[in-house]
Amino acid sequence: MSTQNGKITNVLLVGVGGQGVLLASDILADVAMEAGFDAKKSEVHGMAQRGGVVSSHLRFGKKVWSPIIPEGQADVMMAFEQAEALRAMHLLRDGGVPIVNQYSIIPPIAGGGKFQYPESPLAGVLQRFPNLITIDAFKECRLLGNEKMVSVLFLGALSSQLEFSEDLWNSVIMKRVPKGTEEGNWKAFKRGRELASA
Amino acid sequence: MEASSKDNKQRFMLSGNEAVAMGCREAGVHLGSGYPGTPSTEILETIAKMVPEMYVQWSPNEKVGLEVAAGAAFSGARTICTQKHVGLNVAADPFMTLSYIGVKGGMIVISADDPELHSSQNEQDNRHYARFGKVPMVEPSDSQESKDMIASALDISEEFDTPVLFRMTTRISHGKSIVEPGEIQSHEITGFKKDAPKFVMVPAHARKRHVVVEERMVKLQEFSETTPLNFIEWSDKKIGVISSGAAYSPAREVLPDASFLKLGFTYPLPLKKIREFADQVDRLLVVEELDPFIEDQLKAVGIACEGKNATTLLGEMTPGRLATGLVKIGVLDSAPAVSDPTDVLPRPPVLCSGCPHRSIYVELKKRRGFVFGDIGCYTLGALPPLSSLDCCLDMGASISTAIGSSKVSDGAKPIYAIIGDSTFLHSGITGVLDAVYNKANINVLIVDNRITAMTGGQQHPATGMTLMGEPAKAVNIVDLVRALGVEDIQHLKNNDQENVRRGFERAEAYEGVSVLIAQSPCMLMPRKLKGTPYFIDPAICIGCRRCLQIGCPSLSLTGEFTAKERQQVVIDPATCTGCSVCAQVCPQEAIHSTEVSE
Ligand SMILES: Cc1ncc(C[n+]2csc(CCOP(=O)(O)OP(=O)(O)O)c2C)c(N)n1
Repeated sequence: MSTQNGKITNVLLVGVGGQGVLLASDILADVAMEAGFDAKKSEVHGMAQRGGVVSSHLRFGKKVWSPIIPEGQADVMMAFEQAEALRAMHLLRDGGVPIVNQYSIIPPIAGGGKFQYPESPLAGVLQRFPNLITIDAFKECRLLGNEKMVSVLFLGALSSQLEFSEDLWNSVIMKRVPKGTEEGNWKAFKRGRELASA
Repeated sequence: MEASSKDNKQRFMLSGNEAVAMGCREAGVHLGSGYPGTPSTEILETIAKMVPEMYVQWSPNEKVGLEVAAGAAFSGARTICTQKHVGLNVAADPFMTLSYIGVKGGMIVISADDPELHSSQNEQDNRHYARFGKVPMVEPSDSQESKDMIASALDISEEFDTPVLFRMTTRISHGKSIVEPGEIQSHEITGFKKDAPKFVMVPAHARKRHVVVEERMVKLQEFSETTPLNFIEWSDKKIGVISSGAAYSPAREVLPDASFLKLGFTYPLPLKKIREFADQVDRLLVVEELDPFIEDQLKAVGIACEGKNATTLLGEMTPGRLATGLVKIGVLDSAPAVSDPTDVLPRPPVLCSGCPHRSIYVELKKRRGFVFGDIGCYTLGALPPLSSLDCCLDMGASISTAIGSSKVSDGAKPIYAIIGDSTFLHSGITGVLDAVYNKANINVLIVDNRITAMTGGQQHPATGMTLMGEPAKAVNIVDLVRALGVEDIQHLKNNDQENVRRGFERAEAYEGVSVLIAQSPCMLMPRKLKGTPYFIDPAICIGCRRCLQIGCPSLSLTGEFTAKERQQVVIDPATCTGCSVCAQVCPQEAIHSTEVSE
């Protein structure tokens, strides 16, 4: 994704409350700022704790005005949950890149009979975006020995789509993650980056 | 607040609320008070964490919060008080007369509005309060301005001897952007000095103070013309845009070539400056969220402009909505095409796994009564599958609306009020007082989860802890209710459905005010609680889904089928807290604790 010529890069992060969406967008915002860009972040998290939808808009470039990504102009969408990818994909531009966690959180409302959880959400995304990148972040994190690193592994995947140096990511992530988890998180980041670049 | 130091200049990525906290430190603010409410809550929380030199407190409600800040300002301190938009309704009484008294130390009244109702019961436009209360208003458009305008607003407050309304909105309060810090000033607290004609608002004094208010408005009008908070950015003169607050940045984005008059000081409006601007552009647009607050004032003095013919009175201003509106009035040729969203099942917020409120609603659902509700996590009891809260007006209204309904009902159905601990202390106490005094026949459920949960876990007068983390006296809600004159008081055991049922039956049989107190801590705040999870025995489960009717997020369908082709339910052991309510509603006794199973 080129960040030259005053173009604004728009990254949309979506998921369900408690998944670490906001931590990921906080880290990305710091990376963009440290790289010398103007950056704005906007999110709605009033009901996040209670199993609601969480979405965060992150925009960076030479000068960013609105903190909200105009519909259909997101360059990358990071979806921490599959059905949320389906819900938000209309915000992606044509040719934009969806990075989706192969993970479902089925809301209690699906048990009532009136609403169904989508049968194969990834197929729905793939239909419009053949360049879909999928990652089983939980499985990968489990293999690395800590399920709490999903956000950072996912950021690793995102990093393959943005022009920030690994050193810069490293310096921001080290500041943001809990003490003692730095090394594990960095491994998770590298793993995510590797998976998305494959 | 993580600092970056590119070009030797420190830069921080801050939310508007965090930036306000930084602004308070730089401007030497002494005291902050308020009551939690999204999106305003993090202002005082950030100050409590990051600005140790400042005193901050949660008050029981916004009226008290505003009065505390006013008293400190009268005593020569620099102060802020914070609330969400509807909180200012609660504080409206002192707000309106504060304008007459003025201040001494600078005072800012922060109102964080919630266009789009992300987490509110209405989307009122609090800019009207500036005009109504004859109080100057500033509105930041990003985090840098949120910080910088704190010092500006305090200077205005002190120069003109008036409180200043500082209006933010969800996107400004919760949005993050880059902030460069400034110099830290310090201010002396001058102390209270007796001055009855200024501070004692009896009619004889207030009549004279009203004159002061009107003279002040004239001076503020002059100030508005010259303050750098209102500035023009010339560009192409075919379109001139006047905008402020959260609407400004989408307007800049959608109309990159237009000339702008950006207003940071939005009441009183700089009408001369606006007229000069209007004279030089072909077409004048006012881009504002919600009501035509600016547009109406311009039209009233004969300045031709457009705005609400393009944008709606509802919700937030987004680049997409603005572009679509501007196409409608021919300012833009076309708006970017957008594709339709995919229809995906909703994810309504639900009571958490193990939430103590759940067991109360499971029983309420079975009864035939009317349930007058209130505002807090327990309002979620209105949503399916619990669907057992029938009314919700505003904070504290549960008891009072129940009283009113009971007075005109034939008594055939029991009438309940349900209210949380923080809400009870905010404005439920007077409701109980009224119920006792006026002999209402109602059942009041106080669902006391020991914290203000809905807004993220704030302390209150019954938690034994202050905002600054100091131990405090905790009011005993049972003693308080007894002191109000209630004779029928019961303790309910959350998560013991038989106990809850018996309590409800007794209260329904009692003529008069019954208060039922269910005291059990929130599962998330202040600490995350976890018990031994339960499991469903697939050999016994008949797939009746009765357990799903309690709306617990730990329960879901497995996709496996029972012998009778019905889908089985499973419990997620990672999130189940072992509250056992599902086990109690299971007609087959198929749900057991992992503890007792072999
Ligand atoms: C006048 C007003 N002030 C503040 C709020 C924001 N608010 C909504 S619910 C709530 C508190 C709820 O706490 P509590 O009554 O203890 O119930 P809980 O969420 O803990 O179940 C607050 C402060 C509001 N809606 N209206």
